[in-house]
Amino acid sequence: MDIEVRFFATLREGRGKKVYLDYEEGIDSYNIIRLFKIKEEDVAILLINGRNGELNTKLSKGDIVSIFPPVGGG
Amino acid sequence: MYGYVGKILRINLKERVANVEALDLEVAKKFIGGRGLGTKMLMEEVDPKIDALSPENKLIVVSGPLTGTPTPTGGRYMVVTKSPLTGTVASSNSGGYWGAELKFAGYDGIIIEEKADSPVYVNIEDDKVEIKDASNLWGKVVSETTDLLEKEYGGKVKVLTIGPAGEKLSRIAAIMNDKDRAAGRSGVGAVMGSKNLKAITVRGSNRKAKVKEPDKLKQVFSRSIKKIRDNGVTGQGLPTYGTAVLVNVINESGVHPTNNFQDGFFGNADDISGETLAEKYLVKKEACYRCPIVCGRYCKVDDIEGGGPEYETIWAYGSDCGVNDLGEIIKANYWCNELGLDTISAGATLAAAMELYQKGYIKDEEVDGPPLEFGNAHAVMEWTKKMGLREGLGDKFAEGSYRLAEMYGAPELSMSVKKQELPAYDPRGIQGQGLQYATSNRGGCHVRGYLISPEILGLPEKLDRFSLEGKPTWVKIFQDLTAVIDSLGLCLFTSFALGVEDYADLYNAVCGTDHTAQSILQAGDRIWNIEKLFNLESGLDSSDDTLPKRLLEEPIPEGPSKGWITKLDEMLPKYYEERGWDEKGVPTEEKLVELGLLMKTKA
Repeated sequence: MDIEVRFFATLREGRGKKVYLDYEEGIDSYNIIRLFKIKEEDVAILLINGRNGELNTKLSKGDIVSIFPPVGGG
Repeated sequence: MYGYVGKILRINLKERVANVEALDLEVAKKFIGGRGLGTKMLMEEVDPKIDALSPENKLIVVSGPLTGTPTPTGGRYMVVTKSPLTGTVASSNSGGYWGAELKFAGYDGIIIEEKADSPVYVNIEDDKVEIKDASNLWGKVVSETTDLLEKEYGGKVKVLTIGPAGEKLSRIAAIMNDKDRAAGRSGVGAVMGSKNLKAITVRGSNRKAKVKEPDKLKQVFSRSIKKIRDNGVTGQGLPTYGTAVLVNVINESGVHPTNNFQDGFFGNADDISGETLAEKYLVKKEACYRCPIVCGRYCKVDDIEGGGPEYETIWAYGSDCGVNDLGEIIKANYWCNELGLDTISAGATLAAAMELYQKGYIKDEEVDGPPLEFGNAHAVMEWTKKMGLREGLGDKFAEGSYRLAEMYGAPELSMSVKKQELPAYDPRGIQGQGLQYATSNRGGCHVRGYLISPEILGLPEKLDRFSLEGKPTWVKIFQDLTAVIDSLGLCLFTSFALGVEDYADLYNAVCGTDHTAQSILQAGDRIWNIEKLFNLESGLDSSDDTLPKRLLEEPIPEGPSKGWITKLDEMLPKYYEERGWDEKGVPTEEKLVELGLLMKTKA
C-alpha cells in the first residue's frame, strides 16, 4: 500500500479513520478528495506528511495525506 | 452610563469593610475594561516589586464593558493581580455565569485588599455586601463549597471559589467559578488563598444592561452571530468536538509536545483525541453565558463526572506525560477542578517531574506515590491529588515546574517561560508562536496571541509555520487584538469568526464609543505596554523574553517538524522594533507618549 489517507473529525463519518491506496502515477490531493466524495469547501487543512499541502499537490509513493474539516480551539 | 455600571467595590479584608467607589469612566474607556482596566488599577495600587503572596498584593476581579450585555459570549470576568508564579502581572479570565452576575449586582469590578485574620467569604446581593466566616468551608473541594453556598443562598447564586490548592498557596492554583470554569493561570488562586478568602458569592437583580444604541447593537449582533454560526471552527468544529478536536491536527503537524517536550509527535494521539472523547466519554455539551459556540464538554468515566477536559488539559496530562488513557486524564482533570489547580501547569509540572525522575534527579526513595514514569496513567491522577493537597513529594510539585526543577539543580528541564508552564504547541515547528511565547507578558501562554490560528489552522490566512517572514508583525497584531477581546469581556474564540471591526462595532453600539479598527487596536497596544511596564518595574528584563534552552538548541527529533528549533534570536529584535521599544525591550518615551501612557516632557 503506497498512500495512506487519514480522516479526522466529521470527515470520519462513513469513511473511517484511515485508508490505504495503491499509488498511481500523477495522482494528486484533489483525486483523493474526489475519490472519498469530500466537498472541497469541507477541507480546511490538508497535510501531506505533516506539511501544508494544496489540492493540486502531486503525491509520491509512501505519502501520508491528512484531511481535516475546520477545527480550532486553544 | 452604558455597558459599564459605574461602580467599583473595594473590600478591605483586614478591616472587614466594603466601600463603593465611582468608576472613572475616562480611565475605563482608555483601558476598555477587564484585563486592561484591571492592569491600570493594579499599576496604580500595587508596587510591582512586592511579594505576590503578601497582604500588600491586591486581587482585582473586573468585568468588561460587554460583560452581561446582549453580545455573543459577553459573560467573562478577569482576575488581575501580581502573579506568585511568574512575578509578572497576572490576568486570568473565565467564562461561565459568575462574571455577568457581578454586573447584574451593579459592579464593574472588585478590589480586594489586605488579608483576613481567619478564613472568610464575601457575599454580594446588589447593594448588600457581607464579609462572612468561612471556617466551615476551608479545606473543602470546589464542588462541595459551591453546593454549600448554593444551599445557603439559593440555587441562583453564582459562586467563585478556590479549592485546597489555593488555600495551601500552590503557585499553580486556579480560581474556579460555576464549579468547573477556571481563571486558571499564573497562580491567581494562591493570591486569594493568601488573603484567607475562600469564595465570593454574587447575586444581582438588575439583569438588563444599559445599551447606548440598541438598534445598532441588534444589527451588529445579528451580523456577528451569523459570522460565528457560518464559520467552520465556531459553527462546526468547536460545537461538535470541543477544543480537544485539536489533538490530531497539532499532532499530525508534529508539534504536539510529548514527554516534557522531548518529542513533538505522540504515536497514540488518537486515543486521547476529541473524536475519542465524543465517542467514549461525552455526556453533554455546556455553554457559558450567551455563548453561541458551546465548546464546553461534560464527561463521565467510572464514578467520576464533571466539566472538561479541554485540549490543553488532555495534552498536559496526556502526551506531555506520555499517557494515552483518556479515562485517567478525565479523572486528573476532575481533581484539578475540585482542588483548584491550573490543568496546564499541573500536568506540565508532572511531565517535568517525570523527566527529573527519568534522568535520576528525583530518586526512588523520594517517590511516596505511584512510579513517576512517562506513560503511567494512574500516576498522573494520584499525583494531582498529592500536588493539590501538598502531600509528600506533591508539596514540591505544588510550586510549579520551574521551582521544582530548580530544587534539583536542573531548571532547564522546566518547559516554561517566565516560570509559567508552556501549553500544548511545540514552538520549534511554529516560529511565530515561539516568538509569542517568549514575549508574552504573563509568561508561557497561548492565549496572549494565538498564532496557531494562522500558522496551523490557516485562519484568517495560512502562513508558512517555519518561515520567520512577517512573524513579528503578526505577533504584535495578535497580542494587541487579544488584549482588546480580553478587556471587552468577550471570549477569545469569537476571533476565529470575528474581525477587529466587529469588536469595535460591538463596543461602540453598547457604550457609545467611536472606535475604529485602528483605534481599538491602539487600545490593545496601550494595554500591552502597561503590562510590560508593570513587568519591567517588578524587575524583569529582556533576558526573560526567552524560551527553555531545549527549544532554542535541541531540534525536534522525529516527525513532521523534525530538525527544527525556534529561531528566536532572529525574530526578537524585529519584534521590539515593531512595538516601538528599544533594543532592550523597553518602551521608548515616544511610544508611551503616543499611547497616552506618559505626558510629554519638555526639553
